[in-house]
Amino acid sequence: MNREELEEKVNEVLAEEFEIEVEDITPDANIKSTLMLDSLSLVDMVALIESEFGVKIKGTEVTSILTFENLYDFIESKN
Amino acid sequence: MERRVVITGMGIYSCLGADLDQVRDSLYTGKSGIIFDPTRKEMGFRSALTSHLEVPDLKKQLSRSQRVYMPEQAKYAYAATKQALEHAGLDQDYLDRNEIGLLYGNDSSADAVVKSVDTMREKKDTTLVGSGAIFQSMNSTVTMNLSCIFKLRGMNLTVSGACASGSHAIGLGALLIRQGLQDCVICGGAQEVNPFSIGSFDGISAFSTREHEPTKASRPFDRDRDGLVPGGGAATVIIESYESAVRRGAPILAEVLGYGFSSNGDHISNPNVDGPSRSLLMAIRQSGIPINEIGYINAHATSTPVGDKNEAKAIHNVFGNHKPEVASTKCFTGHEMWMAGASEVVYSMLMMKNDFIAANLNFENPDEDSVHLNIPAERVEKKFDTFLSNSFGFGGTNSSLIIRNL
Repeated sequence: MNREELEEKVNEVLAEEFEIEVEDITPDANIKSTLMLDSLSLVDMVALIESEFGVKIKGTEVTSILTFENLYDFIESKN
Repeated sequence: MERRVVITGMGIYSCLGADLDQVRDSLYTGKSGIIFDPTRKEMGFRSALTSHLEVPDLKKQLSRSQRVYMPEQAKYAYAATKQALEHAGLDQDYLDRNEIGLLYGNDSSADAVVKSVDTMREKKDTTLVGSGAIFQSMNSTVTMNLSCIFKLRGMNLTVSGACASGSHAIGLGALLIRQGLQDCVICGGAQEVNPFSIGSFDGISAFSTREHEPTKASRPFDRDRDGLVPGGGAATVIIESYESAVRRGAPILAEVLGYGFSSNGDHISNPNVDGPSRSLLMAIRQSGIPINEIGYINAHATSTPVGDKNEAKAIHNVFGNHKPEVASTKCFTGHEMWMAGASEVVYSMLMMKNDFIAANLNFENPDEDSVHLNIPAERVEKKFDTFLSNSFGFGGTNSSLIIRNL
């Protein structure tokens, strides 16, 4: 999966799970506010990334993933 | 002085329909909600009979963050409660400005527990269970979800009294109002409908195996009954003080006259005669009316050999020569367990408001105890103004409610 495919796939699974339009996701947008995540639904995002991409985001790591770009970078770095 | 407790709204989501009108029609026409579920057979069930209903799709009504914490029975309860609030004329503004209570019967949430444990075993990672699992898995899942969705600010409690849960919820709600501790309480009962929740119940040979005739399997009081059929859904009853109902111009449908309860202090699954008799007598005493004013008895009778027999004895002992119609709506729905005490109040209310008593389907031959009761095999067109509804549960918990038309 190249970077473009990865970004597309991340956007697709997050949009579907959190019931927003894919178009609302831009690389520099804030993940929490775009997906309307609270402390509980943040857990669902972490679980979704783990089950879809096989990448575990640890508690200490999640705090540094603020934007979608950060998330793409994180997943790419682990693959 | 103790306050009067009235019913001002009802809602139902059951195998007989998704609203009051559909359910009334099913009861009137004798339409059963029981099916054969092949999946259960594949899972090794002794009996694959069950009631059938679709889980409501709430995507348009509730956000993801509201739905993710709801197991199926909470969705049934939401559907029933939304109807009941509308029926009672209670809008969100009123709920926001008053301390409305919530007492709902529920005694399992097996599907969520099993699925989250399966994930933990397979993945060895608790994060993958997701954020909804803990809230879906708890017995209080229905009340925790409904209280947050409807922003309720009064009593907030789940009643777990086995198959009498829904009935006790109404009775306890009535006590809170009578005591002046609450003006209005949303009461009800919910029951999940999935194989995981009742596999162990099937395992003790409690279910009917009349699989070739699903709609004839639940046959309360009939001589040839061979066990119950599991069912589910949710039912909600809005109760409030008479003063509160009058003050806000609510539709006053009926009055909760009596709530009787007892514990058998006996076997964990085998019911006796003494416990239910005491519950019945307590409800009658509380109601302050002579028994000949009771025009219909909605029996607990689940279609098990011992349970129906002992309830028939208890009713006969208490009512003697006064013989109002006695019927169990479980012939239509199967045993709705944690929900049953609330749904059967709704079913009985629908009959009382529409001047009929639904048939006790499949009652073909009495046994030596049910022969003493007036059990209608066919629907009876009859006006009645007071009914008694019995609910009994594992561990010997008993609840009886007496409700009068207004």
